[in-house]
Amino acid sequence: MPFRGSSSLRRHPLRCFESVVAPPLFRSSGTNRSIIRYAHSNPLNHSGDVKKIEFADIGCGFGGLLICLSTLFPQKLMIGMELRDKVTEYVKERILALRAAHPGQYQNVSVVRTNSMKYIPNYFDKGQLCKMFFLFPDPHFKEKNHRRRVISPHLLDEYAYALQVGGVIYTITDVEELGDWMKTCLENHPLFEPVTEEELKADPVVELLHSASEEGQKVARNGGQTYRAVYRIASPM
Amino acid sequence: MEEIETEEKEETQITNEGSMQERGTNGTDVEEGETMREPEETQMEERENNREMEVAPALIAVHPFDKSVAVAVGSDLRVFDLARKISISLADDSRDLLHKDCIRAVRFSGRGQLFVSAGDDKLVKIWDADTWKCLATVNSEKRVSAVSISKNELFVCFADKFGVVWAVSLDGLNKIQASCNKKAVPILAHYCSIITCLDFSPDGRFIISADRDFKIRVTVFPENPLNGAHEIQSFCLGHSEYVSSLAVVHNSDYPQGFLLSGGGDSTVRMWDINSGSLLCTCEVGTEVGLSNEPHAAVTDLCAPHGTLVAVAIQSFPGILLLGCDISAKALWVLKAVSFPGETLVPTSLGASSSAELLWTVTGVSNLPEFKASSCLSRVRVFSGFKKTDGTINSELSLLLDREVPGGEKLLEKLQGGVSSKEIEVISAAAADAVRAAMRDLLLKKQYTEERREFRKRRRNDRKLKR
Repeated sequence: MPFRGSSSLRRHPLRCFESVVAPPLFRSSGTNRSIIRYAHSNPLNHSGDVKKIEFADIGCGFGGLLICLSTLFPQKLMIGMELRDKVTEYVKERILALRAAHPGQYQNVSVVRTNSMKYIPNYFDKGQLCKMFFLFPDPHFKEKNHRRRVISPHLLDEYAYALQVGGVIYTITDVEELGDWMKTCLENHPLFEPVTEEELKADPVVELLHSASEEGQKVARNGGQTYRAVYRIASPM
Repeated sequence: MEEIETEEKEETQITNEGSMQERGTNGTDVEEGETMREPEETQMEERENNREMEVAPALIAVHPFDKSVAVAVGSDLRVFDLARKISISLADDSRDLLHKDCIRAVRFSGRGQLFVSAGDDKLVKIWDADTWKCLATVNSEKRVSAVSISKNELFVCFADKFGVVWAVSLDGLNKIQASCNKKAVPILAHYCSIITCLDFSPDGRFIISADRDFKIRVTVFPENPLNGAHEIQSFCLGHSEYVSSLAVVHNSDYPQGFLLSGGGDSTVRMWDINSGSLLCTCEVGTEVGLSNEPHAAVTDLCAPHGTLVAVAIQSFPGILLLGCDISAKALWVLKAVSFPGETLVPTSLGASSSAELLWTVTGVSNLPEFKASSCLSRVRVFSGFKKTDGTINSELSLLLDREVPGGEKLLEKLQGGVSSKEIEVISAAAADAVRAAMRDLLLKKQYTEERREFRKRRRNDRKLKR
């Protein structure tokens, strides 16, 4: 069955206000690492040679970026993490449909419904990831809600734990205030260092930040400005 | 998805309401909804703000070299000097020096120079453990849930209800001049989960924090933590419920030591601190015949020697002894010791590293039925809590009241009364309250459907939009 975005979209309406602070999303039985490694839909995974996930799209939304990355990096396993269950379902269907339409492709991508702000250490080992994406996160304008922002000084510690040395964190937003905030958080964090402009130009992923995700396309359509911050884990002195 | 509101959120709500009412009394800017409130809503709000129903379990801390014992019941901090056998009065200077709300955490420093106490009044008090002068009072923004002192005694770390761990430098603390106000700096955070316990690894390299979700985080404690502790060494994941207590065991062969943790899943687990890997799991709920009880949670751990671990279990009137072999990385159940003829459930355990005494305390901050004689607690002491080679069962025996070091004088101070009759009555009633207190403290709050609806209606972010 070919993939038809719009009809699936209608079946999975958005629930915009999902509290990330409030409830536990699963009664954890401790670590999920092994579960997620095998649940990943790459058939290579079951052949004993267990490959680790290297890219994580936090708050993947409708999965636009993942789909693009999947063909760009066919050898890397990647996962999308999304809090809204309907949206997760949609992405799941989207991946399945793409696999059916393009046999052999899109086997390296999967999606999971989880609260990544709470459960990142349950999914990834130390230094497992080489890229993390935070595209157009919830701005949480009020100061009282700043602690709910997905990029925050304390949560960066956990992202630094999951990323390997040299691993890159990509953030982008169309909200200037949030852009400044994310940049400041990353700038002030001792474990992260900025990626230079030349390196950014050479990186094929950077272009996708603006164009691949649904949210990015919407911003581009409306001619909005975007604010990008790309940092990497500095090698220890 | 506003299914279960977290306590964190509730707290912000409460402070907001406070400021709102202030505005109301000034006669300006009163919102429509405020004046037209239905009686039902006011009632519900009262219940929300009424924290008197919340009870705090009694806590005990023993000086590492047996110089003194401290018991905290409610806002009352009681200290007895074991060396000189006198009770110490902390209230000599001014009322300002004392806590005004329930104390939630007490701790001696590793070398026994300092003592810290902190709690719901959002104050962290640092005391000189010799003179019992309050050296400093640190204001916290939120209620404090755990506290610890770094191994080099240069920093006090405490955790608040938002899951943020703060550090205060003890540098320049004047032993002669009292109460200089210090400022705390946030160094790390568990994402919106209350931290139940804070500890340091024996070599002082790591700060270990356990939370109410299931997580134990081991973070590198930098030389200057005031810039934040960003490097996570490991996560110890394996508990399926909240983690209530931590203890570190070490010996000369393993100076780095291993981590022990106890939690709501009624297990005691042993971890490698460096890698976060689970080394051993010991089911304790079944051992004391409470496997069917829903709340056979571990409430406290005490392992000063590295060969014996005392475990306090919710709704078990006594303690459970575990054997611990550091080189074999093993934990096993030795025996359960119950208080003969009493229904006391210990809320907190304490022991020094030198002596062979295990101190237990039972009590709650306040009981509705016992208004007058509230803040009573019961202190019991075991002897024979000593190093064994693990093969011989240790001879743990309960001391009679007169055999306790310091005797009745100590008990009178720490218990808040000595009449055994009275205490029996209180403790029987307290047993239930203790259970409830531990449950309240450790389990996530469940709200009714109508309460959730009510909270949704009063969400103030919507109000702003209107």
